Parts: sequence; structure tokens; C-alpha cells
Amino acid sequence: MSNGRLRWRKFVSNFMLAMTGVCAFVSVLVLFFILGYLVFNGGTSINWDFFTKLPKPVGEAGGGMANAIVGSGKILLLASLMGVPIGFLGGIYLAEFSGKGMASVVRYAADLLNGVPSIVIGIFAYSLVVLPFKHFSAYAGAFALGMMMIPITLRSTEEFLKSVPRMLREGAMALGASKWKTIATVIVPAAYRGIMTAILLALARVAGETAPLLFTAFGNRFESHGWSQPTATLPVMIYTYAVSPYDDWHRQAWAAGLVLLGLVLIINILARTILSRGIAVPRS
Amino acid sequence: MKRFAGLAIGVLALCAIVLADNALLINGAGATFPYPIYSKWFDVYHTKNPNFQFNYQSVGSGAGIKQVTEGTVDFGATDGPMNDEQLKAFQDKHNGTGILHFPTVLGADVPTYNIPGVTSALNFTPEALAGIFLGKVTKWNDPAIAGPNKGVSLPAEDIIVVHRSDGSGTTYIWTDYLSKVSDEWKTKVGKGTSINWPTGIGGKGNEGVTGSVKNTPNTIGYVELIYAVQNNIPYGTVKNSAGNFVKADLASVTAAAAGAAKEMPDDFRVSITNPPGKTAYPISSFTWLLIPQKFQDAGKRDAVKNFLMWMLADGQSSVEALSYAKLPKEVVEKEKKAINNIQ
Amino acid sequence: MATTTTALKGAGPVTGSRSFFAKLRDGDEIARLVTLLFATTVVLITAALVWELWINSALPRQKFGFHFFVTSVWDPVMDQYGALPFIYGTMVTSAVALIIAVPLGIGAAIFLAELAPPRVSDTLQFLIDLLAAVPSVIYGLLGVFIIVPVMRTVIYPALNKPFGYLPIFKGPSYGVGFLTAGMVLAIMVIPYIISVSREVLLSVPRDQREAALALGSTRWESTWKVVVPFAKTGIMGSIFLALARALGETMAVTMVIGNTPKIAASLFAPGYSIAAVIANEFTEATGDLYLQSLIALGLVLFLLTFILNGLARLLIVLTTQKGSEVGG
Repeated sequence: MSNGRLRWRKFVSNFMLAMTGVCAFVSVLVLFFILGYLVFNGGTSINWDFFTKLPKPVGEAGGGMANAIVGSGKILLLASLMGVPIGFLGGIYLAEFSGKGMASVVRYAADLLNGVPSIVIGIFAYSLVVLPFKHFSAYAGAFALGMMMIPITLRSTEEFLKSVPRMLREGAMALGASKWKTIATVIVPAAYRGIMTAILLALARVAGETAPLLFTAFGNRFESHGWSQPTATLPVMIYTYAVSPYDDWHRQAWAAGLVLLGLVLIINILARTILSRGIAVPRS
Repeated sequence: MKRFAGLAIGVLALCAIVLADNALLINGAGATFPYPIYSKWFDVYHTKNPNFQFNYQSVGSGAGIKQVTEGTVDFGATDGPMNDEQLKAFQDKHNGTGILHFPTVLGADVPTYNIPGVTSALNFTPEALAGIFLGKVTKWNDPAIAGPNKGVSLPAEDIIVVHRSDGSGTTYIWTDYLSKVSDEWKTKVGKGTSINWPTGIGGKGNEGVTGSVKNTPNTIGYVELIYAVQNNIPYGTVKNSAGNFVKADLASVTAAAAGAAKEMPDDFRVSITNPPGKTAYPISSFTWLLIPQKFQDAGKRDAVKNFLMWMLADGQSSVEALSYAKLPKEVVEKEKKAINNIQ
Repeated sequence: MATTTTALKGAGPVTGSRSFFAKLRDGDEIARLVTLLFATTVVLITAALVWELWINSALPRQKFGFHFFVTSVWDPVMDQYGALPFIYGTMVTSAVALIIAVPLGIGAAIFLAELAPPRVSDTLQFLIDLLAAVPSVIYGLLGVFIIVPVMRTVIYPALNKPFGYLPIFKGPSYGVGFLTAGMVLAIMVIPYIISVSREVLLSVPRDQREAALALGSTRWESTWKVVVPFAKTGIMGSIFLALARALGETMAVTMVIGNTPKIAASLFAPGYSIAAVIANEFTEATGDLYLQSLIALGLVLFLLTFILNGLARLLIVLTTQKGSEVGG
């Protein structure tokens, strides 16, 4: 092999490896660009008004998104209360009680549900919850989002419970504890961090979902009282304001985008930090 | 874990109690065409009557008709009146009771455009408009457009048509007009709230079309007058049946309704596009609230009836500020009587 | 084993024939039944979803049959519905997204797996995971206000002036269109390609690399010609995963695709995707055939993502297994 050819190959090697570095750099840069752009455009619009006032009539400047922020909060809370217990208890079943057959069926169903596009979940929630009750409502939106939280919660609960060391289990049983007591007082607390992480990640995922809310929570100019009224939500407001021609609405859309993204990122960072600080459980 | 659950339940209960309120919420959805005036009205009405909240979602006439038929909203709104088939579908779903149309304001569809360097109002003939929207007139400097606009330098750029992507009464008005002035349009495309557009991109709601036109050069779209005015985008004149190029404004829209006012049918469904009249703007229309004839909830029924009465009296005084024309007197009187039909 | 179990509180004799109520008094049985109930709920919800989708899309199946998938007319006035423009739009935007995202993503994954020191690699991966968490509507927001103008003022002139004779670059510039939607989708799916490919590359046994280097290859050659082919199946899996995500994306696409149910060769032309048309037209579809045609589209989308997700998982598992089999 001639020296020249070797030099060429070395050059190619260094060049290509540098290019991969560029790829990685560009990918990460996008995240900072998004954040930066949102801060730049939305930062100045985040003021007291934004969080406390209701939207103004079309074309008039001012107003805020108080109802959308509260609405999103309500729907996310209710969605968690719907989706998390099902996923959590179902995960316990898979990890502790089930036989092989049932376990595969449940896992398969959860994976299927996980892959459903969010707009299709919206269709389902509309036919199941909106039409029969004849109104758009917060609980219809919560139902749609709650369903999306189930698969992540279920699979993660199962995995983290299974990874709890046998010693802990056998120790508890040796002390005379029944199975459910072992689960409740020993195993679940041991897997607590991982499960919390999964729930937070599931929450972060549905917090940004817009499509399922279009046909379920619909929208509301005012604060929605209780759970059975149409509800304004942050993602839907961003969408509505962004495609409108009004500059003031665009300004508010940026602010809302910043708030939403901030919320989602904080939950994600929190979740991943909890996980990394906990006992060594395998990443799912 | 337990503490978290306790906290969650506490917050839930708090929400339900604290936010539970005496205000009655009445939900409506539909046309984006009158959205600026409706949102103003409902805001003012709520200030005067804090016990009533009218929540109106601007989602397009098509969705308004659909959702009021399904019963998921209390009232609808549309600029394309429900056809017989849709009326029957409503009756079938509501044990034989019907739905009533109540005109609220008069408005106009204007051809709005964004041509770099052109700020004046272009003159459009019906042939030009039909040609553009059929995709046959493709460049801005086409003779069909340039002809009536001597003195305006039009670029040799492709025309980008912007239409509605959602089911729209504004579309209904526009296509109703085009069907009347162009046989080719009538046979090839027809009129409706959702049609098979020969060309162009879709925007959601009047808001979306206005946004697209405002942000994209060489576009033309059709929007309700106030959207073009509020967003400072130019809109053109249209040649009416008497041969005059008329710009949409309060006077020309009112003139368009003059004939219909005298011969308004009992169900208020009428088309006033391409009317006779020297000063009439040819693409004008009423817009309607769709009110079910029978309400289950007496509170909602009374709230709606009160609102309608208010709308026909005080409400009409704020429409002109937003470039909508008031309802003709005859129509107002007829509607006041028709409100009694709501049970 | 019998002696150990009788020592447990409340377990009772192990022989099987206890009455139902006796079992019930045993806390374990209640726990089992309760958790079984919730697990079954998951299955029921999923079954109900598929059932509802199937039942509520019966009309277009009966009326159009197979033609539904090959007709390109979407005409609510004439009540004629065909899925082709939406399938086309979904495929084209996803293809554009992959063409952009795959080289970038695999490149970044190679960097993270092979070159970067572990701490740097983990930190960067963390940041890329955050990118995956950004909500779709925010990408839409950025798409409308940044990418659309850039497309119109920079990218379109750059591609159309020199290459405008090619069918894919023909036509006027709308700003919105297939290419814009594809670009937005590319940003959204890169994190999936990077994170899965990185894990798959990390699982390639060291021997492989070292053997190549020992034979005199450069760092790049050993990576590109030995490691990457070894992890090929897993990387394919990551691409399928990314594709599945791209197919189902609704908000970002509907804000930048142009909402036109037409098939066009040009990348600059406006189009429509399955998810976008459902989002726009679902609440207003009057008439059962119209509504059910939209639901039929939803079913098509669901099936596509289901198949892709299944394939993806299979491929990823196969590669990581292969890595551990060949011996690390």
C-alpha cells in the first residue's frame, strides 16, 4: 500500500468522523435554537396578564390565556387519575400475578394502544364520550389523554417491578408477609423511582398533545366550571392563534408555546434526574 | 405515594367546588364569517348579564351545522343555510322537532390579495374571478384581470389561490355567487360548504385564509370583509349585475339585501348573491344562528331568547363598527315574531 | 415446598379445592382479581378502539370497496371519497423526512457511540431525548413562522431556478407544501433515529471493531464497514420507528402542508396527509358516508403505524440479541 493511498484513507477517516460530529452538533443545536427562538419571541409576552386574564374579543389586543392554563391543568390532572391507576395496577398484575398467556395478551394490547396515532384516539374518544353525552367536556379530553398514558405506565411498572432483586421479595416472604403485602410495602416502594419517572414522562408526552383535544375538550372562551363543559387548553390555543392573521394573537401563541415547552422540559428533566439518582434499575 | 394521592384528590375537590359557579354556560359553534361580531356581542352581553356565558367557537359553518345536529352544542351558526337534507337529518335526530334560522347581520365576501407593489383596489369581473378559481387564469397579468385595471402594473407571476380547508359558509357564499355567474363553475364544481377545489391551498377558517394571504405574495383569497379590514390587506371591487364595479361596504351590502328584505321567506333561508341593483355588492350574504326549536333546558331556552331579542335591538348598534351591515327593519320585525317559535 | 408455605400467614393449605369465598378472604386473591380487572381494562379499551374504528367505517367499505384506496377524488359535494391523495401525501412527506433525517441521525449516532467520550455521549443523548419531548404544536408554530418563510425566500429560489425543469422542483412557491412538511417532520424524527441507533451501535461487541483495526483499517473504515453493517438491522428498526412517528404526526403537518387533497409531483406543491385531513374535517363532516370515510382513513393510518411499529421492534430486538450472541 502506497503512502499516498494511506494518507487519503486517513484523510477520509478524519473527515467523515468530523462530519458525524457535525451531525450530532447540528441535532443538539436544533433544541437550543427552538428554546432560544421561543424565549426571544415569547419571553416578552409572558406577563401577569397572560396568566390571569381571559381572551379578548377577536381583533382586540390584550387579554391572556388564564382559562387555557387552568383548563390544561385540570385535564392533565384528570387524565393522570384515569390513566395512571389502570397502567400501574395492570403493571402489577403483569409483574406479580399473571401467567404467560394473559401477560402476552395484555402486553400486546398495550403496545397496540401505544402506537395509535393521537388523532385516532381523538376519534375514539369523540364516539365514546362526546356523542353519547352530547357535549364536549373536560372529561372527554381527559379520557383521550388518559388512554395515551396507559401503555407507558403499564410497561414501565412491569419492568421496574420485575427488576426488584429477588432477595427483597424472599426476605419479606420469609418474614411471613402475604403476597399483596409484600407488593405494597416492599416491592413497589423499591421500584418507586422508576415508576414515578415513567408517570412523569407519560404526563410530559400528553401535556403537549393537541389533536385528541380538538374533538373532545373543544374550546371555551371562558373559564370552564366543573368537568362537563368544553374547556380551553394551552396546545389548542397555540394552534388557533398561530394560524390566525392577528399579530397580537401570534405574540400570545409564542408566549403560550414557551410556557408549554418549559413545562414539558421541566417534567422531563425532573423525571430523568429522579431515575438516575435512584437505585440501579435498567433503563427501559 | 399516599400523600400524593391525597393531594390530588384535594385539588380535584377544590377545583370542583371553587370553580363551580352559578353562571349558565351556553355553547355554540359555527361560522368564522361573523366571528368578530359574535365574539364582541357575547362579551358585551356577558358584561350586562353576568349569569350567562355564551361560549362560541369559531370552527366553520360546516362544523356548526354538524355539531348542533349531533346535539353537542346548544346552537350553531352558518352563512350557508342548511339545505333540506340537513334539516331532515336534524329532525331525525331530535324526535321530529326542527331547527330555526335567525339572520344576525349582513356581511360580504371580498376578494383579497397580496401582490407586491399593488396597494390599490383591483377591479374584478365575474369571468376573471371564475377563471382564477377554476385554475384557468393563472398569471396576474392575464388580460382578464389586467383589462379592467388599466394603470396598474401587474406582475407576470403565478396566481396562488387560497381557499378554505374546512367546511365553510364563506365558501358557500363565494361558490353560490360563482355558480350564478359562471356556467362552467356551476357544472364543474358547484356550490357548497366543502367543495372539490380545482386549484389552490387551504387555510382553516377566515382566520387561516387571511393569514395565508397576508404572509404569502401573489395570493388571492376570499374572506369576510372585516378580516381584510382588520388586517390591512387590500381587497378588490366586483362587477355587479348592473355592470358597475362595486366595493363592499355598508351601503352596497345593505343595497344587496333590499330586495330580499321585502320578500323574506318564513324560514329566513335566502340567497342575496348577484342581486339586481345599481349599487349592490354582488357577493353579500346574511348569516344565521341555528337555534333548535325545542330546548330541553328551560334556563338555556330563556337565555337564548333573551339574547336574540337583545341582538335584534341593542346588538345591531355595534355591527357597523366592525363593517357588518345592520339587518333590514322588515327582517328584524319578522324575526322578533319568530322568536316565539322557540319552545 | 409444602412445609414452607404452611408457615406463611393466612395462606391456608395448598391443595387446590378451596371455596371461592375462602380464597376471597385471602388478601392475595383480592389483589390478584383487582389487578386482573385493571389489566383486562387495558385489553378491553384497545379492543373497543379497534372495534369502533372498524364498525364506523363500514359505509365506505361497502360503497367503494377496494377503490377507496386508489381513487384520488375527495368531493364532499358529490359524496365521492378516495384515500389516494392522503396516502400519497403521508408517504411523500414521510419519505422527505427520512431522506433528511436518516443521514443526519445515523451520523450523529455514530459520533455518540464511537467517538464521544461516555460523559459527553450521555449528556448529548440527554439533550436529544429532550428534543423528542417537544410537543408537535410547537414544531408547527416554528414551521409556520420560520420554515415557511425560509422555504419561500431561500430554499425555493435555490432549487427552482437551477433545477426547475425537474418535475419534483416545478411550480410556484407557496411556502407551504410537501417539502416544508417533510422538513418539519425530519426535525421531529431525528431524535428517534439517534437514540435507537446509538444504543444498537453501542451493543456491537468490541471484538468486531478491534479486529478491523488490527487488520489495518482506519477508524472510519472500521466503523462504516464493520460496525454499522453489524448493527444494520437495528438501525433499520430505528428508521421504521421514525417512520411510524412521522406517519401519525398531525398538528405540525396540518399547519404547513397546504391542505389540498391533490396528488402532485412537485415537492413545492401543497398536499394533504391522512392525519391532517381528519383534524380539519372531522368535526364538520355532515353525512354518514363523509364521516365514515374519514374514520376509514384513520383505520388505514392505524394499521400502517401498527405494522411499522411491530417490524421496528422486531428488528431492534434481533440486532441487540445478535450482539450478545456473537460474544462481546
